[in-house]
This record gives sequence, structure tokens and C-alpha cells, in this order.
Amino acid sequence: MEKDPSNKKHILVALVEDKPGVLARVASLFRRRGFNIQSLAVGHCEHAHLSRMTIVTKGRFLDIEQVRKQLDKLINVVRVTDITDRSMVARELALIKVNATAATRNEIIQIVDIFRANIVDVSINTLTVEATGDESKLESLLDLLRRFGIKEISRTGKIAMARQ
Amino acid sequence: MKKTGAQILCETLIKEGVEIVFGIPGGSTLPIYDTLPQYPQLRHILFRHEQGAAHAADGYARVSNKAGVCFATSGPGATNLVTGIANAYMDSSPLVCITGQVGRPFIGKDAFQETDISAITLPITKYNYLVTETEKLSTTIREAFHIAQTGRPGPVVIDIPKDVQQEEVEFNYPEKIDLPGYKIVSRVHAVQIKKAAKLIGVARKPVIIAGRGVVLSGAYDELKEFAEKAQVPVVTTLLGLGSFPQNHILNFDWLGMHGMVHANMAVQNADVIIAIGMRFDDRATADTKKFAQHAKVIHIDIDPAEIGKNVPVDVPIVGDIKNVLRAINKEIETKEHVDWISLIGEWRYEHQSLKIVESEGLLPDYVIQQIYKETYGNATIVTGVGQHQMWAAQHYVYNKPNTLIMSGGLGTMGFELPAAIGVNIGCPKEAVWCIAGDGSIQMTIQELATIRQENLPVKIAIINNGYLGLVRQWQELFYNRSYVGVKLWNPDFVAIAKAYDIPGIKVTHREDVVPAIQKAIDNPGPFLIDFMVEPESNVYPIIPPGERLDKSLEIPPMETINKSKVMSYGKRSK
Ligand SMILES: Cc1ncc(C[n+]2csc(CCOP(=O)(O)OP(=O)(O)O)c2C)c(N)n1
Ligand SMILES: [Mg+2]
Repeated sequence: MEKDPSNKKHILVALVEDKPGVLARVASLFRRRGFNIQSLAVGHCEHAHLSRMTIVTKGRFLDIEQVRKQLDKLINVVRVTDITDRSMVARELALIKVNATAATRNEIIQIVDIFRANIVDVSINTLTVEATGDESKLESLLDLLRRFGIKEISRTGKIAMARQ
Repeated sequence: MKKTGAQILCETLIKEGVEIVFGIPGGSTLPIYDTLPQYPQLRHILFRHEQGAAHAADGYARVSNKAGVCFATSGPGATNLVTGIANAYMDSSPLVCITGQVGRPFIGKDAFQETDISAITLPITKYNYLVTETEKLSTTIREAFHIAQTGRPGPVVIDIPKDVQQEEVEFNYPEKIDLPGYKIVSRVHAVQIKKAAKLIGVARKPVIIAGRGVVLSGAYDELKEFAEKAQVPVVTTLLGLGSFPQNHILNFDWLGMHGMVHANMAVQNADVIIAIGMRFDDRATADTKKFAQHAKVIHIDIDPAEIGKNVPVDVPIVGDIKNVLRAINKEIETKEHVDWISLIGEWRYEHQSLKIVESEGLLPDYVIQQIYKETYGNATIVTGVGQHQMWAAQHYVYNKPNTLIMSGGLGTMGFELPAAIGVNIGCPKEAVWCIAGDGSIQMTIQELATIRQENLPVKIAIINNGYLGLVRQWQELFYNRSYVGVKLWNPDFVAIAKAYDIPGIKVTHREDVVPAIQKAIDNPGPFLIDFMVEPESNVYPIIPPGERLDKSLEIPPMETINKSKVMSYGKRSK
């Protein structure tokens, strides 16, 4: 078996049956086998009665392979692939509520424009920003907004798809 | 035609070939029980505790090769099944457990006797269901049997609300089921077979480790052909006993914590291990990190998730063992390993793992050997968990599959008596001997009533050492002989049997062993023998915790049998 010292981030994409309890089964499996879930996003997909789940987890290759097999063994999981090393598209959506005064408002709007994000809500002393992108883009945006004072962040977790 | 949920349940069970159900009724299964008399094809066996019903269904499944079915009511009835379900899950035994649930309008309201048994059994079932639409009941049952009995078998729970049992709906027997995510590997991977055959071809010190998967797949003939053609010595796991005839010249007994020294040495020194239907449990491998470090491993299993889980594997082969071995047998060439086989034979001679100490007293291993002789090795042995289990595995000889039934993966005390009931019902023509621990049997002793009520000729041999012996042994060897919580005050087991109208006899002397066994055999019904054995006998060999597979402690020489002198491993353990 190949050596693999790294605790690398892995992206698993699973096609699952759209039935009650499926999420609980997946979550229970991760808990029981001692694996953490960094993010999990799930929604309908191109097949009726099926959903696509994107799970981001971290670990050694052999351990992730074990998780993948255990997931695949779940009766409600139709297919699961580790797309980490494949060419893929991955996106995440974040809503960020940031403090804004008359003095800072313009600067915030400029930053948001550079990141091709949108202002989706305005109040007297806040702006709410909607941003999509890969992780590094969202992290840089957050870094820049932090000095204005961030009041709330909500992130969807990654959704991903292999190119081929 | 319109039928009630309860009728649909019974009719679908019958279509699935069910003849026996093990259970206890209650408030939320009343509609099912009320319907049972309409279906005399279904024989209901009443238990005294749901754990007993589950173990019986498990024992029945192991010997009859079909799913065991049990019924329990909601709440405490369902939770009482839990140990039995976990046991079946660990040993890959097919069960279908039907539990009653409170009516749909009451679910989630903490109604009387409501528990969320689906959530409770999630990690210990192959799959489970809560039936919310009566229209889906029969499809659900069919799916449950399919899942329980195919691939790697396991328990499935179906939770049926009381109002679903009562509701009348149009009943059409489902001809097809659709489980898009349920995958069973049916094709044998030709490239992997070639790789395996090549490795087997160059091996100089190969060993087969055969597990319960061989029994589940019914691959005895294929295994025998494989071992004989390639002349590979066979070692089994504890649950693999019986998968290969123990009196075969290539058989070298079983490995692991209490396995034979020569078996462990063979595995540890092998250059190629062919692991078949086993899962490298830590009780079998000892320290996994130091397990057979120089061996290349070929692992054959139907469950892909078992491959590489505990031990690195060089050639994985996923598939049904019977098919895989057939393919391998075609691919390999006849070989000889005379030197290797005789080396293991020498180890067996040098390390007489099972020599019996000369003693005036009544030794437990002597008792098992006499049971073996008197039954001509033809009985099915069902054991509890403890020292008596290990002695039963060591001192009886298992030449046929499913002749030793025990709780391996979970190590469930209390398994023996109810499982023996299920075994007896599953194969009524075979003699069943329940080798019980004085501690273990007390966890499910109430099932003596079930034995009496059904008049089952189960022979019960209690290995009565007055201790939770296996734990006592650990305290003796690894905790400086400090005995805590292991001494048992015991009832008079013969009097207990008598209270259940079961004849019995107490044996305290060596010379009374054989007559007592004969008496049990001659008695047409159930019989109990209380063997008052040497209280501080130990199971040897034993691999101390954390040690390597070939580091067994062997039976100490006579003079050190005196307990105060037995070497203590207390400081070395964890
Ligand atoms: C339900 C359960 N509780 C506790 C244990 C831990 N345990 C393992 S062996 C054993 C002792 C069993 O005693 P007994 O049945 O008298 O058998 P012996 O070892 O004396 O032959 C115990 C307590 C267990 N395996 N199962
Ligand atoms: Mg005991």
C-alpha cells in the first residue's frame, strides 16, 4: 500500500436515495467510525428520487478509502466517489452581515464588487453580502471584511462536481 | 383484495418461506397476534425475554441457512431485542425483527411504550424500517428478507405502527423490489484471481485462514479442493471452526488469543496468507501492527469494506467465496509444501497446547472431552461466553460446518441457552449440547421455561466454577490476582431445573462424568448437568493483551500450577 502521511482534505460526492433518515444514517456512520465531517451539503439532483451529497472530510488516504467503502455499503447510497484528485468544479455560498457606517459603506461596496459578490440586504448600520466561489476566494473576502466588524456568517458548505 | 396490515405481514412472511417466529406479544403487536391463528403455517414460539427470542432466531438462522424471525412489542419489548440484534450484526447472522410501534398519530409524542427503535438500532442493523404506509408493508418485508439474507447477511428491523397493522388496504403481492443502492458483487474479478494464483504459486510457506464467511457461503468443498490442490495448511478463526474438517491432515486448528500455539506460529511465520471470509478481528490477530509482518496477504470477502480495514492487503478479491474459490481452483497448479507442513506439525508436537493436567479434581477440559467421546463428535455445540466457551472450542472436534454455534464478535453472555433452542428447532434431528457458564446461563436462564413448554431435547452442561472465570483469569494473570466482582454465589442449578420440570444431576467427581452424560443422552427430553469443576482452572494458551500473535503463554508446568506461584503479568499489562 502506498505511503500516505498526510491528513489531507477529501471531497466525497454521493448519490443517495431521497428518503427520510438517509442523512441520519450518513451522519451516524461518520460518528461511529470516528471521522469528522467538515461540511456536508445535500440537495435534489438530475434524477428523480435521488439527491447528491457533497461531504468534505479530512484524513489519511487509507482511512478515507475505508469511509468511502462504508458509505457505499449503506443501502441508501447508490454511488460514492472521492473526487479530491480529479479535475472538478467546487463552489460554496456565503452570506455575510457586516457592520457599515456612512464612512465605510462605499469601501465595502468596492470590495464586494471586486469579488463579484452581491449586496442582498441593507440596514442603517449593516450590509449583507452574498458571495459564491471556492474556499480561498471566500476566505480572502472574509479577511478583507473583518476589519469592518462581521456580525454574522452563514456558509452552505462546498458542493462539488467532477469535470468529466 | 383488501387485507389488514397484520394479514399482509403474515402472508408475506409465509411467501418468504418463514415457518417459525420467536417472540413475546404486547400492546402494540396485539393485532398481529390476533391474526396469527388464521395462519397455522406460522409456528410461534413463546419466550420469556425478548433477548432470548433474538438469540434463538440467530441460532436458528445459523443452522437453517435462512433468516430467523422474531416479534416484539414496542418500547421495552423492542429494547430487549437490542443485545440480540447487536450479536447477530457482529456475527453476520440474518435476522428479521418485527417490532410493534405506537399508532402513527402518537409517534413523537412520547406515548406509552414508545421508543425510537429505528434510531436505537441504526448502527447495529444492516438496515431498518419504520413503516408509515400500509401500502408499502409487503414490499418492505420482501426487501428486508432480501437484505438480511444476501451478500454479507445481517439483521434487519421492521417497526410497524399498531394502526398500520389494523388498517385495511388492497393487497397485491409485490413481484419486484427495487433497491438501487444495494450492491452485491456477483462477478469474479479475473485479474485478481490471476494475481492470487500467481502469489500462491510462488509461496513457500502459505497458510489459509478460514472464517465464518466460508460457512455462510457454503464453500466447504471448494475450500477443501483448494487446500488439497495447493497443499496449503488451514487454520481457522473461532467462528470458522467447522469450515474445514478438523480431522483433515492439512488442518492446524484455530488461531488467536486462546488459539493453538502452532496455528499462531504458522500464521506469524507465513510468507503468503490467504484469508477467506474472515475480518482480522483483534482477538484473532493479536497486535495487528505486528501481525504476520513478512506475509503477503490475499483477502477474499464479500464485503468490500472489510478489505484493508484492519490489516494491509496485497491482493483483495471481493466476491462470494464459493465462486471465488472455484475460479482460483481452476487457475492454480498442484503444489507440495512438505517441509513447511511438517514444520508446523513439529510445532504442534513441541507445544502441546491442550495437554490435560493430571488431577484428582474435576477439570473442565476433561468434561468437554468426555462429552465429545460420548456424543461421538456428532452433537451441535452451543456455548455461552467465558472460559467454558474456549474449552468447548478447544476440546471438542468440529468436522462439519455449523457444529459449533457461539457468540464470537460481541461475546454475549447469555447466548447459549436461547441459541440452543433456536438450533434445536432449526435442525431437530441433531443432538444439541448447550455448554453453559454458571455466570453466563444466569443471564437468560428463564428460557428453561421455553424449553419445557416446547419440550425440546436440549442437553445443558453447566461448567460450574463458581466464578466469572474468564474475568477471574485476567485478574489472576494481569492484575496481580486481585479478585474483584468475580466470585459467584450460585443457586442449586439442579433444583432450578427441577422447578422447571427438567431432570438434572450434579457431578462433583471425575468418575461420575461419563455416567451423567450417558444419562442425559438416554433421557429423551431436556436434561441438565451441573459440573462442579475446579474453580481456578485457566484457559491456556493465552496471548497477553498487546502482545504479538506468536507470544502465547502456555500451560505452566505442574509445580507452578499452585496459584500463588503463577507468574503475574500485572505490571506488563496496559
Ligand atoms: C453480557 C456480558 N457481560 C459481561 C461480559 C464480560 N465477561 C466475559 S466472560 C465473563 C465471565 C463469564 O463467566 P461464566 O459464564 O461463569 O463463564 P466462565 O468464564 O466461568 O467459564 C464475563 C463477565 C460479557 N462478555 N457479556
Ligand atoms: Mg463460571
